[in-house]
Amino acid sequence: MLLPALVLLVAFTHYPAVATIIDSFMSTPKPNRPSVFVGLDNYASMIEDPIFWQALRNNLWFALATIPLSVGLALAMALWVNGPMTGRGFLRMAYFTPTVLPMIAVANIWLFFYTPTYGLLEQIGGVFGLPSQNWLGDKSTALASITVVAVWKEAGFFMIFYLAALQGISPSLREAAAIEGAGRWFFFRRVLWPLLMPTTIFVLVNAVINAFRMVDHVVVMTRGGPDNATSLLLYHLYEVGFKYWDQGYAAAITVVLLGALATVALVQFFVLDKKAHY
Amino acid sequence: MKFNFTVISAALALAAAANVAAQVTEVPFYFPVAVGGPITKYIDQFATDFNKENPTIKVSPIYAGSYQDTIVKALTANKAGMPPVASVLLSTDTFTLIDEDAIVPIDNFVKTPDDKAWLAGFYKAFLLNGQIGGKTWGVPFQRSTVVLYWNKELFKEAGLDANKPPQTWAEMTAMSQKLTKKDAGGKITQYGVQIPSSGFPYWLFQGLTTQNDVILSNDAGTQTKFDDPKVIEALQYWIDLSKKHGVHPSGIVEWGTTPKDFMEKKTAMIWTTTGNLTNIRSNAKFDFGVAMLPAGKKRGSPTGGGNFYIFKKATPAQQEAAFKFAKWLTQPERAAKWGIETGYVAVSPAAWDTAALKKYASEFPPAAVARDQLQYAVAEFSTHDNQRVTKALNDGLQAALTGSKTAEVAMKDAQREADRLLKSYK
Repeated sequence: MLLPALVLLVAFTHYPAVATIIDSFMSTPKPNRPSVFVGLDNYASMIEDPIFWQALRNNLWFALATIPLSVGLALAMALWVNGPMTGRGFLRMAYFTPTVLPMIAVANIWLFFYTPTYGLLEQIGGVFGLPSQNWLGDKSTALASITVVAVWKEAGFFMIFYLAALQGISPSLREAAAIEGAGRWFFFRRVLWPLLMPTTIFVLVNAVINAFRMVDHVVVMTRGGPDNATSLLLYHLYEVGFKYWDQGYAAAITVVLLGALATVALVQFFVLDKKAHY
Repeated sequence: MKFNFTVISAALALAAAANVAAQVTEVPFYFPVAVGGPITKYIDQFATDFNKENPTIKVSPIYAGSYQDTIVKALTANKAGMPPVASVLLSTDTFTLIDEDAIVPIDNFVKTPDDKAWLAGFYKAFLLNGQIGGKTWGVPFQRSTVVLYWNKELFKEAGLDANKPPQTWAEMTAMSQKLTKKDAGGKITQYGVQIPSSGFPYWLFQGLTTQNDVILSNDAGTQTKFDDPKVIEALQYWIDLSKKHGVHPSGIVEWGTTPKDFMEKKTAMIWTTTGNLTNIRSNAKFDFGVAMLPAGKKRGSPTGGGNFYIFKKATPAQQEAAFKFAKWLTQPERAAKWGIETGYVAVSPAAWDTAALKKYASEFPPAAVARDQLQYAVAEFSTHDNQRVTKALNDGLQAALTGSKTAEVAMKDAQREADRLLKSYK
């Protein structure tokens, strides 16, 4: 009975992962130069590759910004639309819409938000007399601009998990807290937050993975430019693998990316799990 | 027993199918879509017509995405041993395809005088990118070039002659100064000119360098000249348009929104591909013109777009069939039809002599500008390890345009990187 699952896992997960690790120690095959074992050469060229380091740095900033912002925003939105109010359904839908839209569509919409001279941001800024700004075309603002898009896209998705968790919390807890005279902040900090911990861990794991997995908007909006200011690891990996056809080096970057993600996920599961009440 | 029977009958059915297939030569053909319009429909129609005329050949067109998607699919399939028989890919991918040993020269199939006349019938400028080491590797199919679009209405408003686009760099700067408008707060609401610099700035930059009388790489694709003083000078002209004269937006100008900027009257002139002609023609709400790019020391523009390639791993019969299809596709009437439908520049003088294209060009003169500019056109920049070397140039250009490096430093850095990459090909 295990066989079908095992075959699928081996064919699509384990074998490719192992093959990638092996490939990362091999040179890229060329028609008249077959692939040979080169040891750590691919990793050495990674250390010497300034674009790899820039992409890694960009990606860390991207992760550091998107993870707390999207998770925090998701929680705030969930708390808000969880309470009784008119138009609640509409609001929930509005928050969730970005998640339903394909990232390519979202990126194209935002491309026009950011357009200089007549883009939406420009028009709003113009009302307040702010100077014109080329958001995506300036090295100092480009990375922040694509980060905002990612947060906008992700927060709604995470909100759904928080909302589901909040709905599962018994109203009697709130009543009991009210009788005891607990304030809203105290109630949130000592009752809701701990009860939401399993959801938070799940959402965090997803947020971390997404921070290293989302590149669609980079492809549409900046193609890693200007001058690699928005190149993320996965985008760089794609360029090395499918534009430069440097298979060995691409495999090496993949191994590093996989290793980093696996470590983060394991730390989250083992360290944070202990702090969660299930 | 029953099981066995099924297997045997399946095997028999397969054998029968193979038998039928043996009489018909299958030609899987990958093509990208890079401009607007129902391209897939046109290509399917071509294939259907061709198959009808040639019952022993079955060309099956396979839409493969963008140019980049198509080469990824074609080369991956090639590595797996099952490439398409033919594909349309960027003309600049020729070096990559040769280095991967994926394609065969077209000369292999050019045997009759008729074949020779056909190959000699293309515009020289379009053949350049596909001619390497004395052989022709790609047949020009969907080709384009960079031209200047100008808004006649805004020219009139600025007191300029609406029918006189800039002829030189100096004129373009001077006219742009008149065309740049500011609001009361000093904020620019309309730029004079816009040259896009996102994604593939090297292509538009090649217009500037050619005009400044310098070629970015040698024919063998093993040496670049990014640090040539003339290249740096050309880049400085581009930078100065925004930094010094303030008539061009600062930072990186997005390729994708540039036609829209033009239609929204946010800029009076743009440089972009002839491939945008149909789009701008149907959406601009004002009278506009299309002109050759202005001259620096001389006129110049790169060509662009896709060639038709034949893959090495196909059988000789398939390759012959693909060659026949390529020849059929580029016959004057068909090349003319393709050009009118898509906005691509028809690839041979004979196509421009057809009644259909003559009529189109007389009704809509801008369509002929690209053709007239071809005499000044050069091959699109391309070297061995093409995408990586091009990336070094693109990064340098963007660094200079965003002001993080000077033109000189940026081009010297790019040259150093290109030298490193090309070392092994010398």
